[in-house]
Amino acid sequence: MSSGNGTPRDDLKIIGRPRRRVDGRAKVTGQTLFADDLVLPRMLHCKLLRSSLPHARILQIDVSRALAHPGVHLVLTGGDFPIPYGILPVSEDETALCTDVVRFVGDPVAAVVARDEFTAAEAVDLIEVEYETLLTIATPEEALATPEPRIHEHSEKGNIHKLVSLSFGDVDQALKDSYRVFDDTFFYQGSTHLAIEQHATLAAMDPDGKLTVWSSTQTPHYLHRALAKVLETPAAHIRVIACPNGGGFGGKSDPFNHEIVVAGAARILDRPVKICLTREEVFYCHRGRHPVQMSFRTGVDREGNITGMHVRTFLDGGAYGSYGVASTFYTGALQTVTYHVPRYRFQGCRVFTNKPPCGPKRGHGTPQPRFGQEVQLDKIAEALDQDPADLRLRIVEKPDTITANYMTVSTIGLAECIRRVVKRSDWRRKFRQLPEGHGLGLACSSYLSGAGLPIYWNRMPHTGVQLKLDRSGGVTVFCGAIEIGQGSDDVLVACVAEVLGIQPFDIRAVTGDTDLTPVDLGSYSSRVTLMMGNAAIQAAERAREILASAVAAHLKVPRSRLVFADNTVLDSADPDTSVSFQEAVCLAEAASGTVGTVGSYTPPRSAARYKGGGVGPTPTYSYTASVVEVRVDPETGWIDVPRVWIAHDIGRALNPTLVRGQVEGDVYMAVGEALMEEQTFRRLPSRLSPALVHKFPSMLEYKSPTSHDMPEVITDLVEDPDPAGPFGAKEVGQGPLLPVMPAVANAVYDAVGVRVDEIPITPEKILKGLELKRAGRSPRVGPGPFPDIDWPEPLEVPPPWEGGDGKAETPKDVPR
Amino acid sequence: MKNAHMTLTINGEETEVSFAPYKTLLEVLREDLRLTGTKHGCELGECGACAVLLDGKPVLSCLVLGLECDGREVLTVEGLAEDGRLHPLQETFADMGAAQCGYCTPAILVTARELLDRIPNPSREQVREALSGILCRCTGYHQIFEAVEAAMTCTPLPAAGRARDEPLETEA
Repeated sequence: MSSGNGTPRDDLKIIGRPRRRVDGRAKVTGQTLFADDLVLPRMLHCKLLRSSLPHARILQIDVSRALAHPGVHLVLTGGDFPIPYGILPVSEDETALCTDVVRFVGDPVAAVVARDEFTAAEAVDLIEVEYETLLTIATPEEALATPEPRIHEHSEKGNIHKLVSLSFGDVDQALKDSYRVFDDTFFYQGSTHLAIEQHATLAAMDPDGKLTVWSSTQTPHYLHRALAKVLETPAAHIRVIACPNGGGFGGKSDPFNHEIVVAGAARILDRPVKICLTREEVFYCHRGRHPVQMSFRTGVDREGNITGMHVRTFLDGGAYGSYGVASTFYTGALQTVTYHVPRYRFQGCRVFTNKPPCGPKRGHGTPQPRFGQEVQLDKIAEALDQDPADLRLRIVEKPDTITANYMTVSTIGLAECIRRVVKRSDWRRKFRQLPEGHGLGLACSSYLSGAGLPIYWNRMPHTGVQLKLDRSGGVTVFCGAIEIGQGSDDVLVACVAEVLGIQPFDIRAVTGDTDLTPVDLGSYSSRVTLMMGNAAIQAAERAREILASAVAAHLKVPRSRLVFADNTVLDSADPDTSVSFQEAVCLAEAASGTVGTVGSYTPPRSAARYKGGGVGPTPTYSYTASVVEVRVDPETGWIDVPRVWIAHDIGRALNPTLVRGQVEGDVYMAVGEALMEEQTFRRLPSRLSPALVHKFPSMLEYKSPTSHDMPEVITDLVEDPDPAGPFGAKEVGQGPLLPVMPAVANAVYDAVGVRVDEIPITPEKILKGLELKRAGRSPRVGPGPFPDIDWPEPLEVPPPWEGGDGKAETPKDVPR
Repeated sequence: MKNAHMTLTINGEETEVSFAPYKTLLEVLREDLRLTGTKHGCELGECGACAVLLDGKPVLSCLVLGLECDGREVLTVEGLAEDGRLHPLQETFADMGAAQCGYCTPAILVTARELLDRIPNPSREQVREALSGILCRCTGYHQIFEAVEAAMTCTPLPAAGRARDEPLETEA
């Protein structure tokens, strides 16, 4: 196991050096308080009644027996929370409890608040709901074919939630002029986050009559907005505290039913109310990876340069909007930022089905098309008789480029990433040269360092940091960012410590509290390090200026000569002339009063000015390349991944220990998705029930990798500081997941000559491919033709090199 | 339903506790003794997050009834540190990235401690095997393996950022 090869800069004392994370001690002593660890006097417990039917109208709910049950304090139903909400303003289609229709097995219908969980669960069983069954829409194909009954009225048409059609240059002409055109379809199965912590929320009225909600949420700011809306209470009278999350991965990014229910219940009862979901309920909350069918039509010239690309995606959205509109755009946004694509067309379609809603899981909407793109490139390289690494090295996008769809690529370390994994894996000697059953595959990827636009339109900063310094020498840093395991608190403290020349342990971090901390939009889209880090540096630099003025006056040396290091402020020309950091704060407090500063960060304006161009822009993209080694048993189809080489363009590793943990955690989750993880459903026999149920809502049956399944990971960090990042840092939490799945597929082909064009890649599929091969047929296992979808006319946006300015062309005279 | 009442040894201290008789050891620890360091991820014996040592052996506390524990010894993450000093496993886990979100960490720590008590120099395979019943969704396991192995000799990293400035203790 090799660690990242971060090279610390001499002038940086904290940044770039492997270091115990600031919350490390709390986590190894069991003292980190997760939401379900909180207990308040007089606390009551809540349980939800969830729908047993996938699609039905609620005719009547009888709660009388539940209410009469001893120990029950309150029973709530849909009518108690009539106001809809939802993470995206364009699809506020959820209610805290279903008001008239249930849309999936697991949709919450009623809530019981009782003296303990056991009593609440007993009372839930006493609630009687009379339903009128509606037609179940189980698959995306059924959704296309079944416009009525509509799962939501806000869908674009029938059960099609969202249709996207964007065209950047004349792709048809580009394909016509190409040396070869490759047409492939792919399928990527849905999977769930499976954070080990089950979602939990505690709500209580403050002594002064305001409401406080503690929750395992990655997005307290968006939860805050949803609570204010649904409870019709000024946001300033609600305090949301995001407890450290026991894993998030995108699964705790929506405002959830249970959060709103316990908040409402606490207010009605004026008592603390807590809920902790069961594991089965967590599977119903979902918001995980969308199952996506894809079509890639890609033209190349004789050298393998891409001439044009037409991508179509078809997403199974499940029963609610969630982040789905953004997810749909994300399936088409980032194809252009790795390799040069001069002309590009993207068409995406998301449908509603009667299943738990899909949403953002690590990589949000981009792992699926990345899988298709990188597997197709492997096929292109083979058809052109080129090494897939060399082909990619030739077509890698150039730095400081605006792509065909107006994504701004600044620094790009992808070529170096490819060279590193090729070298360390001994690719040149092994690829296509290993014995039967052994193979290597290569793939690349890119991801955002934070979404360029907020979830709701506004002109305010995406994050804010506040610093308080006082005569004790103590520094407290406040930020709304949320620790979900990724090291958010550590990045915050490290940035401040570095600028002020003090130790991380000298700083107290207060985070994720809407009453105490400036707004941060949340732990999603890999935005925290870059955005919060920049805001922290700004706040710390402002504090350093205040201290420097006072110290300069006191020591009678020019401000420009002062250095902040090792808990002192010293004259660089005469290091013996110095004051301690604490003295410096005292001098500043005496000279100019209480010392406090703020910093904030707003991403630069995107070059994409067309409708839909808001998804994909970021201050800077991270890049990753990976080589995966597989062993495939031709008898059983069993597939083993012994080794993964991965190189990640991180800009700069702020704490290499944590960066390596993110890379390896990405590889881990990717291996799970590549080989085993599936969120799938089955219909019960119709004589028993019309229900469409989750196939295995348990951790035993939902297979995920254990310590035995984890491959060796050889991690390389490519550090070329990016001007947009704090100390040059880019993201690492999501990007390194992306190349692993296609690299596994490409390695399986290298090992046994079977193309599995879908995820997960299971032994059954490999065996099927081997049978086809033996029968002399095309050894390809994957989806059939892409479904027929009635796409709208594409929005025409000329690429920059065809005179475009990022805006859509005025619609031509198209017959209406 | 009348409460059960019993005495057991928790983290070396004799402790009396009353609890509803249907409760699991996990619930007794978390709800009746307020030892919330022990976590839960499924309450069905699938994820391993609730592991504690019962009479020195790792068990899933969600599958043990509280009633079964009368007179027995339980060790939780809260009992790992001794005499105000962290256990070497805690030091190496904190230093080496073995705890990310920290949710499975208590279970892994007590399980690893039992492994080191039993096999002072485990191989990588033995570490993998010992921890295979506990799911970690964050780390990809390697930094955990390395922290367990480092705890044998407690190889310290540079002290910057350490929560206290004294050198690491090493096991006798």
